[in-house]
Amino acid sequence: MLLTIATTHRPATDLGYLLHKNPARVQSFPLSFGRAHVFYPEATPERCSAALLLDVDPVGLVRGRGAGPTGGDGASLAQYVNDRPYVASSFLSVALSQVYGSALSGRSKERPELVEQELPFEATLAVLPCRGGEGFLRRLFEPLGYGVTAQGHPLDEQFPAWGQSRYFTVTLRATTPLQRLLTHLYVLVPVLDDEKHYWVGEDEVQKLLRHGAGWLAMHPQREQIARRYLRHQSRLTRAALARLVEEDTPDPAAADEVHAGEEAAVERPLGLDEQRQAAVMAALHAAGARRVIDLGCGEGKLVQALLNDPAFGEVAGMDVSSRALALAEQRLDVERLAASNGQRLRLFQGTLTYRDRRIEGYDAATVVEVIEHLDPARLRAFERVLFGEARPATVIVTTPNVEYNARFEHLPAGRFRHHDHQFEWTRAEFEAWAHDVAARHSYTVQVAPIGPLDPELGPPTQMGVFRRG
Amino acid sequence: MAEPVAPDPSTGEAPRAAREPVRLTIPELSLVVLIGASSSGKSTFARRHFLPTEVLSSDACRALVSDDENSLDATGDAFEVLHAIAAKRLARGRLTVVDATNVQPEARRPLVALARAHYVQPVAIVFDLPEKLCQERSRQRPDRDFGAHVIRRQAMALRRSLRGLAGEGFRQVHVLHSPDEAGTAVVERQRLRCNRTDLGGPFDIIGDVHGCFDELVTLLQTLGYGVAMTAGENAHPGFDVQPPEGRRAVFLGDLVDRGPRSPDVLRLVMPMAAAGTALVVVGNHDDKLRRKLAGRDVQLTHGLAETLAQLEPESPAFKEQVATFIDGLTSHYVLDGGRLVVAHAGMKAEMQGRATGRVRDFALYGETTGEIDEFGLPVRLNWAADYRDKAMVVYGHTPVPAARWVNNTIDVDTGCVFGGRLTALRYPEKELVSVPAARVYYAPARPLVSTTTPAGSGADAGASETPARDPQLLDAGDVLGRHVVETRLHHSVTIREEQSAAALEVMSRFAADPRWLIYLPPTMSPGETSRQPGLLEHPAEALAYYRREGLAQVVCEEKHMGSRAVLVVCRTPDVARRRFGVEVDGDDIHGGTAAGICHTRTGRHFFEDRALERAVLTRVAAAVERAGLWGELETDWLCLDAELMPWSVKAQALLQEQYAAVGAAARAALPTALDALAQAAARSNDGADGGAAALLARYQTRLVDAERFVAAYRRYCWPVHSLADLKLAPFHLLASEGAVHVGRDHVWHMETLARLAAVDPELFLATPYKVVSLADDASMQDAIAWWEALTLRGGEGIVVKPLDVVARGRRGLLQPAIKCRGREYLRIIYGPEYTEPEQLERLRQRSLAAKRSLALREFALGMEGLHRLVEGAPLYRVHECVFGVLALESEPVDPRL
Repeated sequence: MLLTIATTHRPATDLGYLLHKNPARVQSFPLSFGRAHVFYPEATPERCSAALLLDVDPVGLVRGRGAGPTGGDGASLAQYVNDRPYVASSFLSVALSQVYGSALSGRSKERPELVEQELPFEATLAVLPCRGGEGFLRRLFEPLGYGVTAQGHPLDEQFPAWGQSRYFTVTLRATTPLQRLLTHLYVLVPVLDDEKHYWVGEDEVQKLLRHGAGWLAMHPQREQIARRYLRHQSRLTRAALARLVEEDTPDPAAADEVHAGEEAAVERPLGLDEQRQAAVMAALHAAGARRVIDLGCGEGKLVQALLNDPAFGEVAGMDVSSRALALAEQRLDVERLAASNGQRLRLFQGTLTYRDRRIEGYDAATVVEVIEHLDPARLRAFERVLFGEARPATVIVTTPNVEYNARFEHLPAGRFRHHDHQFEWTRAEFEAWAHDVAARHSYTVQVAPIGPLDPELGPPTQMGVFRRG
Repeated sequence: MAEPVAPDPSTGEAPRAAREPVRLTIPELSLVVLIGASSSGKSTFARRHFLPTEVLSSDACRALVSDDENSLDATGDAFEVLHAIAAKRLARGRLTVVDATNVQPEARRPLVALARAHYVQPVAIVFDLPEKLCQERSRQRPDRDFGAHVIRRQAMALRRSLRGLAGEGFRQVHVLHSPDEAGTAVVERQRLRCNRTDLGGPFDIIGDVHGCFDELVTLLQTLGYGVAMTAGENAHPGFDVQPPEGRRAVFLGDLVDRGPRSPDVLRLVMPMAAAGTALVVVGNHDDKLRRKLAGRDVQLTHGLAETLAQLEPESPAFKEQVATFIDGLTSHYVLDGGRLVVAHAGMKAEMQGRATGRVRDFALYGETTGEIDEFGLPVRLNWAADYRDKAMVVYGHTPVPAARWVNNTIDVDTGCVFGGRLTALRYPEKELVSVPAARVYYAPARPLVSTTTPAGSGADAGASETPARDPQLLDAGDVLGRHVVETRLHHSVTIREEQSAAALEVMSRFAADPRWLIYLPPTMSPGETSRQPGLLEHPAEALAYYRREGLAQVVCEEKHMGSRAVLVVCRTPDVARRRFGVEVDGDDIHGGTAAGICHTRTGRHFFEDRALERAVLTRVAAAVERAGLWGELETDWLCLDAELMPWSVKAQALLQEQYAAVGAAARAALPTALDALAQAAARSNDGADGGAAALLARYQTRLVDAERFVAAYRRYCWPVHSLADLKLAPFHLLASEGAVHVGRDHVWHMETLARLAAVDPELFLATPYKVVSLADDASMQDAIAWWEALTLRGGEGIVVKPLDVVARGRRGLLQPAIKCRGREYLRIIYGPEYTEPEQLERLRQRSLAAKRSLALREFALGMEGLHRLVEGAPLYRVHECVFGVLALESEPVDPRL
């Protein structure tokens, strides 16, 4: 909420001309989210500092135009209890462009000769939220030639166990043209905060390109910067990076699956996702299934593969998450499909612990990396719903082999591959469960490994292929 | 088949005298198919005898789909629409008339199929009028331009059809032979014999007697019937049975076979039926006896031989009487305005109140797969497990060890003849009365043992079931889509489709096992916004609300700042299994002996650590034990609504990510800003303007606000290392076996629960409360002063409740509770600086209407679920309410209210 820019250039009070703000007065500017005040704590020929103080109105944020009681993008913006009034965020970028607009675009009426000149500056931000911590802060600013001082703050000194907050009082020192300093702040403050108060659209790509001109393409963290600046909109990120890095590099956003999260990150080096899909498809072919339902289809990767295979005359996907289904609809371009393939595809919301007539009548059901998300107490309900009630001729269930977790470099011991996993089974546990289920419901089951077989720990994932007896 | 099924004798017979109007008798629920050439007067006839909405005309359907009722190329679409509407009407039990020419067999075939699919009788009314007349009328209609050949062809097709109509499946065929007959005919709707919705009870519904005369007499006497022996005929006594005032017996069939005294049972029941003191539905054994008596060739198995031997000495007249009696029995009865259905082997929802051969088959035998099990008995489909209708179904046929409710159905055949008991269900009391069999009269084909899980399984000892559907298994259809839940407190509550979708996700991803979720607490509204300076909320508004609504007294309870917790506490794991159908390990390594759940207001387990949860429950159960409440409430489980402290135990993430974070940011940023402003203000002494000083003052206030904010949340936080650091403040004893404690006032709840704190003050916190008289200003001032003192000390505030749990005012149900939160506490809700005048003024603009309406609907749903649980309703009926609360919570209401 406070940005002070100080210089020891002589005469230091030239800062007032560079910023187009008179050191003699407190000046206030109305902004959409509150007010900005500019004043000078120091204004001597030796040292001059200009303070930009943001006065963010939290009630206005909630009740302002557009934002209903639950509206707004970032969840924290919907709250009155909000750090926005106290931190440097995308609001600061807006204030920079509106209050220091001339300086940001490199204009000075009174001191044009100083605009291009490298001057000694010291910028202090109180406070700057840094998602990614001090390390990330340094990785952002140090490659740009800044000396960085960062003072962290505890969440609550009365509760030391709560640890440090993400807020830092940060001082950046560099000899640089003022415009560059402001540009860096304009782009990197929201990147550190990693939250935007406005919807990120196409014109943000333009802004990023304009303000990143001349430095962003060379920045070692450029991918992260673009991704965060564009608030994880992978499509936009791809567009920005493609235009930023003109040579033919591999698509940086291919690694940017919306849903993939940590599990994919853990497993990716093995290409496990692809192997799993291939194994499931092969098992479906072997079973001669024509009508297949993918239970817990997520964003529809397997459904898409099934649709692309003419062997499967009818394909359905069910998931409990309406968001995942919306993504699946996008991925599968359901509306376009409707014209040609629509008859073949059904997507619907449902859950594996409620009996559901809609999942009956398929030759095969696939349950790929799903059961481990269920509360173990509800496995019995799942079992009855699928094996007892729907009773497709073939059921394919895959789930991680927890033994193999030891082989994942980045996975701390004892942790599951995904925070939402309720359990992960050993080979023996999975096999025991599979045989019990098969016996209880007149199925036979064969358990097969998926992925590279570790001589001691087995495969990373295991698959049970159940056939109705 | 008891209903009139014979084709109408008028078919093809000579025309009656013209002056005598023809009476067309049709079942009140049937599919009436008008058959006749164009212009034969069908529509006129239909208009005269049926409601406009009962008549589906092909011409009207053509117009519906094409704007032209004569458009022949719209015919296919028009009939698709017609059939679709007819199907919906028949499914809803509405008489439907199809006004189309219907002269071709292929036009009639789908209509007959439709009637069959909905278990209603297809009735044909044929307009066999002279072709010349039709041609003449057609010429006079300017809108009909098709040629004479069309009508000629139709008339020919009609005549070819006449003889075959009965064979096509029309159970009644009425033919009108002249315009005069058509013009004067009278349509009489005949009530179906199964329709006795006019009889409201009370009833005593008695299961399969199977000739167990002694047990029947004992049961009747137990039920308060006077049974006297009278002089009968042929050296046989007669029986005179006098029911208790206003009551009526209902026999579920299978009066005969296997048992020792079938003729006496008949001798007792038949006069009751004749006198109207008993209703009787037919059972498969009765029906088989009828066929035997009618001279049919039937196997003398399953106890029929015994009956025949017992009938041997009886007079032919008695046998004749028996045959007539059984022949006159109906398949099932729909009683009490449709709320009760009785049938021998049960009755699916879509068959209730209908009378066809398939309905009768179902009533006699239930639904079987056609397979035979290893005992030689038919494999049954468990229709009751899928039953979802509102009408209660009472049936017998399949002997069970004990009568149990399954989805609002109950099998009361407890195998008396096999040495079990003879059972009656008292309706509407829903009370089971039974007497034991004197001995085993007949060996069952398979042992009478319960093999399945508790709480409403359809244990079926006389036949094997298809792979048993767990009656506790929920169906997506129970909750998905738009739903209306009937509540006894507050009309019906509608759950919208998108609300269901949101709740489904939360319920299946995060919530605990639905068998444990019997209640979710309703949201609570604050009082009207206070106009007092510096305050948003104050008790005066809440008190005024209840006084305005005419209440004399309210209870003010201190509001503890923790997290909402609902506890279901079972005395032992056995209770959990028996009452809730949840298997819980008996021996817990941490010494947990009780079972149950402690969950949050959205149905998540309160503690991720199940051992800790078990420990809490065990501790609570021990306190209930010591306080003597198990015995006093005659229960072995109870459900508590409570506040669990500290707030930090559940809200750790929220505290750290939001509250502490905001405090940290403010307390780190503001001093830096103050330094800078102080420097600038100091410079202003050298000639700059006074703006810096004003800003400085403003930011100093903001820092004070931030410090107060941090102090506010800190009060509700303390580290929790074990159970010893937790505090539980129960404030509502929601339910226990047999009772939802809505009849007890809040003082009872407070005092009863205080006894837990008395025996275990380490864990429990008794909630301080005050009873306030709304007629007494001093009493109200006292409550306000109490609130001021509490909130000054940093307390969250108070909750004001009507003295009675359920209170009604001028416009119906009143808010069950209103919260009045303290000034400092509200910083956590509205932000550190909400007390600054310019913020406060804007915050006063808050609308409570949505929140209040939500609170009422959720309260009604929550209580409804508990009532249903206590009454022994199946899981889905309870879950529907709990799910509803969760679904309503997805409503976008200002979360700060």
